Amino acid sequence: MKIGAGPGRPWPGRRHLRSLGAGIAAFVLLILLWEGYKLIGSPDGFSLHDVRLLPRADDDSMPHVWQVVQRFSEPEISAAGSSSVLVAVLKAAWFSFRISVAGWLGGVLVGVLLAVLMQRFRTAQDALLPYIIVSQTVPLVAIAPVIVGWGGQLAVFGQPWQPWMSVAVISGYLAFFPVAVGMLRGLNSPQPAQLGLMHSYAASWWQTLVRLRLPASVGYLVPALRLAAAASVIGTIVAEISTGTRGGIGRLIIEYAQSATGDPARPWTAIVGAAGLGLVVAALVSLLDVGLSRFNPAGAR
Amino acid sequence: MTVAIFVRRVLTPVIFGVLLLVVWQLFVDLRDIPGYLLPSPTAIGTQLRENLEDILASARASGANALIGLIAGIVLAVIAAVVAAWVPLVERLLTPMASAVSAMPIVALAPVLSIMFSATSDLPRRIVVAIVAFFPVFVTTVRGLTRIDPVHAELMRSYAAGGWDLTRVIRLPGAVPYLFTGIRVASSLAVISAVVAEYFGGLQNGLGSRITSAASNTAYARAWAYVVAAIGLGLVFYLASLGAERLATRGRAPSST
Amino acid sequence: MSTQVQMPTVAAVALRAVDKTFGAGGSKQAAAVTALTGIDLKVAPGEFVSLIGPSGCGKSTLMRLVADLEQPSAGTIEVFGKTAHQARLDQDYGIAFQAAGLLPWRTVRANIELPLEVHGVGRPERRARAEELLEMVGLADFAGHRPDQLSGGMQQRVAIARALAERPRLLLMDEPFGALDEMTRERMQDELVDLSAQTGCAVIFVTHSIPEAVYLSNRVVVMSPRPGRVSAIVPIALGERTEGTREDTTFFAAVTAVREALRAPDRQGVEPR
Repeated sequence: MKIGAGPGRPWPGRRHLRSLGAGIAAFVLLILLWEGYKLIGSPDGFSLHDVRLLPRADDDSMPHVWQVVQRFSEPEISAAGSSSVLVAVLKAAWFSFRISVAGWLGGVLVGVLLAVLMQRFRTAQDALLPYIIVSQTVPLVAIAPVIVGWGGQLAVFGQPWQPWMSVAVISGYLAFFPVAVGMLRGLNSPQPAQLGLMHSYAASWWQTLVRLRLPASVGYLVPALRLAAAASVIGTIVAEISTGTRGGIGRLIIEYAQSATGDPARPWTAIVGAAGLGLVVAALVSLLDVGLSRFNPAGAR
Repeated sequence: MTVAIFVRRVLTPVIFGVLLLVVWQLFVDLRDIPGYLLPSPTAIGTQLRENLEDILASARASGANALIGLIAGIVLAVIAAVVAAWVPLVERLLTPMASAVSAMPIVALAPVLSIMFSATSDLPRRIVVAIVAFFPVFVTTVRGLTRIDPVHAELMRSYAAGGWDLTRVIRLPGAVPYLFTGIRVASSLAVISAVVAEYFGGLQNGLGSRITSAASNTAYARAWAYVVAAIGLGLVFYLASLGAERLATRGRAPSST
Repeated sequence: MSTQVQMPTVAAVALRAVDKTFGAGGSKQAAAVTALTGIDLKVAPGEFVSLIGPSGCGKSTLMRLVADLEQPSAGTIEVFGKTAHQARLDQDYGIAFQAAGLLPWRTVRANIELPLEVHGVGRPERRARAEELLEMVGLADFAGHRPDQLSGGMQQRVAIARALAERPRLLLMDEPFGALDEMTRERMQDELVDLSAQTGCAVIFVTHSIPEAVYLSNRVVVMSPRPGRVSAIVPIALGERTEGTREDTTFFAAVTAVREALRAPDRQGVEPR
């Protein structure tokens, strides 16, 4: 299947490339704003009634962009033989990336299964959907100790429960929600006329699912997958902090922030790493969008 | 509300929830599950009652952060959306940024914002909430402002109406349902972000800090009591925005979920 | 029915040698489409003229040219002696589209007041005029309703009332009854005949339906496609429209005349499809 084949149909990737270009332009604009404020802002910021409304513009609070860039190449800690910050951030990002992918996959699987269940049984939808929505209001840190505790009792494929698995479960917990909701909408999206057609063919529920509902839901699934990717990254980072898992970028952000007074540029390197991680995961999902474009001719918004 | 709809929308989930609570309680009692794994509903209920005052106070603190950040985010988003609908360049810059930002964990900014502003005020948290709330409201409002029924556009052209007339009479009222959809999404995100931002340090006056301190003291029933409060806070915000949406779009054909 | 055509007063609408081509801008995907060529047409003040023809004959395009919603590629269009552009700026016409196009967040009354509001008419005057129009189209009881509470026929009546809000001397209507069932359609036609007699405005009415064109008009302009042009003009002499008009032999004869004009190859010898 040639991607985007067909006369007059623009390559779906072009939309993403254009977004990328505009995104880069916006990013450059942000950097200009940052440096611009540092030029004109005061080192104490701007306070109104004891509340600082504009940030401190000195180098300790707002490091220059090039200072952050430079910090990447410098050693992480002053001990001898320490690798550069860039290496440290990349390693942490890679650690978190793998967990996010695991969480995303798990969340997508659970979300899809729940959506199919809820579409099949209206009672299931009535009973479960409110709780699915409410589940997202539970702050992550509350589930972390529970997951860690339960994990201690379980063994996966003969191996003891690893700390990263708790993080992956929490990450999946955030990821399943957009998929469940989006997929359900997609499964319910075929028009009455189309459903009537399948009924007239005496098609079974399963055949209707596979031939009509699933292809129709792709347009809803793809944006949901993107949201799930972002959610899984956020879940991973916050879960790392609340479970105290070392090695990931969440932990790194906290560590660097705690020592920020001596090293103002370093926390920003970790943030850049986290942001980069989010973007990479989103970009990967966009690739999926391009691959699934056959089912999604109008392009999901 | 007809009986059928009541049964479906209200009774079924409530019955399901009650069943879940009963099973939960039985499971904990019969299997003798220790408190650190899974506190029983009755234990949580007791903790709720005992700590009610502090729960309400910290809920108020987190709620204030969420509300102020939400309102700030909404106001900025509406202004930005109106500008973006007017100046296509702005829209083309901001919308991809919105997609990018939605992929990034904004709460990660909480520590550096504390450094930039102040570690002892609520402002950094409110900024985080404002950023988180800004983007969904911006994206949906821009969509509403730029989506005009071609028939309405032609009608206004036939009236030789100017650009401002078109905006005032067609675009703005037409965008209202989209605005409220965005607000609904943003309101739930606001509460969660306000609570989660507390894990990253700063003032320890809200629900998030209470949950972490209870958890680190292995007082899990108490931690879950604060969790229930956080869920309640999120629900209040969600229902309030749903109510506002119903009020603002009353008389129009109902929109999809 | 309105008064007979009288010259030499200024024509309501005058099209001379009008051409309209779309897509001539060099895009490699769409070839240029000639929607209309060599249109010559005059509509007298107070006259009711229908445009009828198969899909692609350019009848809607012609109406939109008169409305200054499109510009001609060649030729001139005059509305009451001015350019179409000036006529639009002076609000000399009211327009009703195929989709009623009511604003869903406004009541029926507020929808009718829309053009008055846009043109700065004061509130009491707007109210009064809206009441008048609601009476005229028989919707006085529905003034406070919202569009989604009305049937298709009622929505179209609101759209027509709105088009008449500023007492235009020319009404442009693009298949306004197209989405309605036959019974409602006939009722709306009766109402429209009454309305145009009451207001004395000229009407250009685009339709797909031969009986509708014959029933409503003084003249039926038959158009044919590829390229879009006027292939015949059939004068209708049915006198005052009554309940029995639709069952009259003269009515059927007129319908037959229009049907045959639609079928016949035109003078230039181009075969119809």
